[in-house]
Amino acid sequence: METNGHEHVIEVTDLRRVYGGGFEAVRGISFSVRRGEIFALLGTNGAGKTSTVELLEGLARPAGGRVRVLGHDPYTDRAAVRPRTGVMLQEGGFPSELTVAETARMWSGCVSGARPPAEVLALVGLETKAGTRVKQLSGGQRRRLDLALALLGDPEVLFLDEPSTGLDAEGRRATWELVSALRDGGTTVLLTTHYLEEAENLADRLAIMHEGRIATSGTPAEVTAAEPSRISFELPDGYHVGDLPPLGELGVTGHETDGRTVRLRTRELQRTATALLVWAERARVGLHRLDVRSASLEEAFLHIAENVSAEQATGTTTKEYAA
Amino acid sequence: MSVTHPTPRPAVAATTPLSRMTALARAELTLLGRTRGALVAALFVPLVMPVSVRSAAEEMDLAGAGLSTGTLVLPAAIGFSLLFAVYSVLVGVFVVRREELVLKRLRTGELRDAEILAGSSLPAVLTGLVQCLLLTAGCVALLDLPAPSAPHLAVLGLLLGFVMCAALAAATASFTRTGESAQATPMPLLLISMIGSGMFWPLELMPDRVASFCELLPLTPVVTLVRGGWTGDLSAYEALGALATAVAWILVAVFAVRRWFRWEPRR
Repeated sequence: METNGHEHVIEVTDLRRVYGGGFEAVRGISFSVRRGEIFALLGTNGAGKTSTVELLEGLARPAGGRVRVLGHDPYTDRAAVRPRTGVMLQEGGFPSELTVAETARMWSGCVSGARPPAEVLALVGLETKAGTRVKQLSGGQRRRLDLALALLGDPEVLFLDEPSTGLDAEGRRATWELVSALRDGGTTVLLTTHYLEEAENLADRLAIMHEGRIATSGTPAEVTAAEPSRISFELPDGYHVGDLPPLGELGVTGHETDGRTVRLRTRELQRTATALLVWAERARVGLHRLDVRSASLEEAFLHIAENVSAEQATGTTTKEYAA
Repeated sequence: MSVTHPTPRPAVAATTPLSRMTALARAELTLLGRTRGALVAALFVPLVMPVSVRSAAEEMDLAGAGLSTGTLVLPAAIGFSLLFAVYSVLVGVFVVRREELVLKRLRTGELRDAEILAGSSLPAVLTGLVQCLLLTAGCVALLDLPAPSAPHLAVLGLLLGFVMCAALAAATASFTRTGESAQATPMPLLLISMIGSGMFWPLELMPDRVASFCELLPLTPVVTLVRGGWTGDLSAYEALGALATAVAWILVAVFAVRRWFRWEPRR
């Protein structure tokens, strides 16, 4: 198993997590992560990302299902798993009165085969902050300290819960480069994020979570390919959707109207857009706020969120065509 | 012909429970030095309070109970050290580390749960130990305290006291939500110990029925063993009784910690 290049380093089967009050945060999810892969869990706040990662880290016992990290149960077989994993929690966890160097020294004493603390601090650009108390660090610097400590033991598997939240654009890019370099060096990375850009840039594969379930998963290209492209515009006064050419013939797979705004979904963006613009030209109709965009992770993400809100929304009509 | 092997990961120096706890204890010692409020309470209360016990001693018929000023003041002084330098300091440490999410962060690493609690306790226990040695030296020098007749009982009482106070602190922290309430939650044990565990008022001078109840309080066996270690008046039966009471309290505290201790704040 260890020699197999496609070995699954993380395996999750029908995983569930229920909190004390009875709230079911994770409702039966399954996925696996291969060695040397960056896997992203995407989702809005409250989707269950952190609840899931904490189970993988072995911080809590699942209410149901199974987790295996490097072949072991991370909760019951802690001693076998912990020396091989690195963890960055969503929020700090460092005594505010210790300096950066003291914090790193403390952690290095608790990590098997720890690299010199100064080395990992330099890796995240904190070498000049060694003498600064943790309470005086900015939010972004604290995130970087957390990342540095997660890397102390050269972990085989790295869990990063929202690694770039609170970072400025430059810090975010530096973190992405570091995480990519780690993956290239063979580290398996599981990260959560609500930045779509981050998942698009970093992840080899991803899963979008919604209300405790995995709504869709695959490579960024696969997830995007499942989504239609979109065209939206405003019709001028006096025009209605019925005045457009028959939508089915334009390759439109679905449309919504909201007041004057029309939104079309299509899998043949060029054909639909051309036909629409030709019609507008001939009819001498101005399409205001015209927006044509091919499918992106953002579309996939919004689509998943919308499916829920559309059920509750009023004043919006949605129509699906048979494919 | 050579066979290529996948590059093995270099053999790494694995941590041991001792090395992990030492690293944690070192950080906690630094933090203790930087928490001025806790430091003042921990260092000065146990050095000042014995003076008031000494003035109380002048009202009592100590000789009739086989006691002297020294054998009254020293066990009381050690009790103050355990209560203020170890127990109440540690309640604060556990609660504040939980609020800072430090405990949660530590649990993601190689430290086991018991190592986290023990490692965090070490600096306060060491402070208490140094204090007890200083207080003993002070009582011997200033109160004409003779050498102990049964030093093994005094040592046993002291060790039980450290373990019990650390365990009770973690148990108290289980029922303490915030750093502010950690100022109040240690009060019940502090008060009941000062009144009922023979610190101000030796059990030898209490009515029998009151004394037999007070024997069951957590800190009483510690005071009894230390006092008995000096006077040599403790029978084997009484010593075993004190030992059993102390062990029972430690077990109760450990049970409470395993059952109720929270590693992260309620949200």
